[in-house]
Amino acid sequence: MESRLLGHRKEHIMASAPSRLDIEQADGVTVATFKDRRLLDEATIDLVGNQLYSLVDDHGFHKVVLDFNDVEYMSSSALGKLIKFHKKVLSVDGSLRLCNLKPELQKIFKVLALHKVFKIDKNRDKSIKKI
Amino acid sequence: MSDTSQFDYTIQSELAESSRIQEEIMAVLRQLGFEDEDLADLHIAIEEGLANAIKHGNQLDASKQVKIEGVVDGNKVRIEIEDEGSGFDPEDVPDPTLDENLDKPSGRGILLMRAFMDTIEYNDKGNRLRIVKSCSVHG
Repeated sequence: MESRLLGHRKEHIMASAPSRLDIEQADGVTVATFKDRRLLDEATIDLVGNQLYSLVDDHGFHKVVLDFNDVEYMSSSALGKLIKFHKKVLSVDGSLRLCNLKPELQKIFKVLALHKVFKIDKNRDKSIKKI
Repeated sequence: MSDTSQFDYTIQSELAESSRIQEEIMAVLRQLGFEDEDLADLHIAIEEGLANAIKHGNQLDASKQVKIEGVVDGNKVRIEIEDEGSGFDPEDVPDPTLDENLDKPSGRGILLMRAFMDTIEYNDKGNRLRIVKSCSVHG
């Protein structure tokens, strides 16, 4: 996947189960991009959730940007994982920002008032600067 | 122009079965020529309805079944999802948009369905859901 950043490196963090996230490091910030267009089926959602949690639990990343560039929609179950991940990041005094939400996702976030919970930016560069 | 169609399925209360049957239902709906955005909205609502039926209605008991019945009349899609549970009162579900509920990991399915469907309603017992959406057809 192309990145618009300079000086970043891509790490193959998830070596075991098929990775549902593309992970990159940029200026001390972990950027995770979702590979799935639709986060609906429970098996995928469980996998994504565990891989997100692993960023904090196993790798100790504290500054995380989640890039939703390719995500078309996600179920309430997937949102539940996102909320748990957010809590996990905050519990280690970390920071989490979301970026590149498509209009359909923005609608979901607004309907559920999740724009009050998460810090959301238009693009990845803004998230990295603000984190 | 959309067609008239009916479908009905019965699945065991397993989330993998839910995923499988959603693909079948969406394949049926796709053939009717509805706009992608309407199909996406329906997919979300069907996923949420089935998840609730399996997780909450049937308590993930694989021996229990979920029935799905769909009728497409012109451009109106009506889908009913029934579980074998004891039912519930939708009014008892806390509003997930209240500040005190925002960080809870669950409780958003019904609100999502309301956002994407024209109407959603439950039978008196609370174990049968009906969702209705009028869709646009490809021009």
